[in-house]
Amino acid sequence: MQAVIDNLPLLLEGFGMTLLLLVVSGAAALLIGVVAAVMRISPVPSLRWVATGYTELLRNTPLTLVFAFCIFVVPSLGVRIDFLPLALVALTAYTSPFVAEALRSGFNGVPVGQAEAARSIGLGFGQILRLVILPQALRMSVPPLINVLIALTKNTSVAGGFFIVELVATGRQLANANGNAVIEILLAVAILYLVITVTLGLVAGRVEKGLRVLR
Amino acid sequence: MTSVLYDAPGPRARRLSLVVSLVAAVVLLALFGALIAALAAPRVSGGVTVPGLFDPSRWDIFGEATTWRAIWGGVVGTLSAAGLAAVLAILLGMVISLLRSARTRWITVPITIVLEFIRGVPVLLMMLFILLVLSTGQYWAVVGALALYNGAIIGEALRAGLDSLPRGQREAGLSIGLSPLRTRLAIEFPQAFRQMTPIIVAQLVVLLKDTSLGYIVGYSDILRVMMNNLSSFYGNRYLFSLFFVCLAVYLVINFTVSFIARYLSRRLA
Repeated sequence: MQAVIDNLPLLLEGFGMTLLLLVVSGAAALLIGVVAAVMRISPVPSLRWVATGYTELLRNTPLTLVFAFCIFVVPSLGVRIDFLPLALVALTAYTSPFVAEALRSGFNGVPVGQAEAARSIGLGFGQILRLVILPQALRMSVPPLINVLIALTKNTSVAGGFFIVELVATGRQLANANGNAVIEILLAVAILYLVITVTLGLVAGRVEKGLRVLR
Repeated sequence: MTSVLYDAPGPRARRLSLVVSLVAAVVLLALFGALIAALAAPRVSGGVTVPGLFDPSRWDIFGEATTWRAIWGGVVGTLSAAGLAAVLAILLGMVISLLRSARTRWITVPITIVLEFIRGVPVLLMMLFILLVLSTGQYWAVVGALALYNGAIIGEALRAGLDSLPRGQREAGLSIGLSPLRTRLAIEFPQAFRQMTPIIVAQLVVLLKDTSLGYIVGYSDILRVMMNNLSSFYGNRYLFSLFFVCLAVYLVINFTVSFIARYLSRRLA
């Protein structure tokens, strides 16, 4: 216990880095995911193909491999960027297809009659999307999107293996430095993760209940 | 392709869409070409001219048997960890779903808390925990953490499957004199399994992808063999080619497993 209390500032620093990774790459992945999801249902075939290819490729690539590309290969091509932006790019690239898939399930959940009604009063594709489909689909995709964010929270730990000092990397360093308190330190790290994931899970439960009232 | 979101495109819309597609394709091809050209161009680094990335001198290692033997070792490492972890995860999932649907709160409440804990914590942290606390070696750290995490998820899926069965199934089993456990195993489980096959199989694909986390704890999977061992054995200038072959190997394995998964769930549905 003493080792945890002594190293609390370090642990909190790692926690801050995890939060930073989560917030920045989460926001970016949401943006790109919306674009990819819209492209997948758009009337233009080529846009559909590009979006499908992008999601399939990245969903079948392990996150560790995406990180290896960003952290080892990109710098070896002569690009000089810090590790942190590269890690953010890796997390964003890996998460956005999952956002797109969550949104797609939301699109599919909007009753067909909604789109038909919108079309029958003469709205175009852009208008249908903006005024009818997206508002409902987004609301319905909130629980799956929160699950994506929970997965992202846990995925930020991979950055710890690639020179980013976040929670797991901090825990590893502290465990190596305090050989007699390994269990306590790793449990403290686990609890800090649970603070984020359990909170997000509670929010998801709340939102789901709210939606049930709405419908 | 028809959709409720837009009318079947007429001649004008089709022409417009074709033009947009062509323009997009040209732009993409141009960007791709520029990237290839930039990668292929020899570059000067620290006063030394280095050959471009598609130069044969960067790919010659793939003509050697040693390279492929090492890659094969990595593939075996990844697949053996994933295979054992998958079997253990399914067994663990069955046990968890049994415990989770037990009748006394003395069992369900603690197991729910443990599951919540397992699902809220990164797999990597579990691997580190097993590695540092139980000091079992990398193989068991990877297998153990993956089995634990995916077992928890499969257990929840199976429980949802059990819950979704009509009550009559259980009642019928009990009324012909089977014990509650026999009813679960002989009557409810086969149906729950079949219902949840897509979810379980999707989770097994995730498990296969997650074996690459073993790279970080030092397990010799495909990634470590290629990006660490081979690139330090042959030298850093092969890093780019090694990455591409590594990506290809992963994609082949994952697409194959996904294909089998889709085939299986169609057969069982």
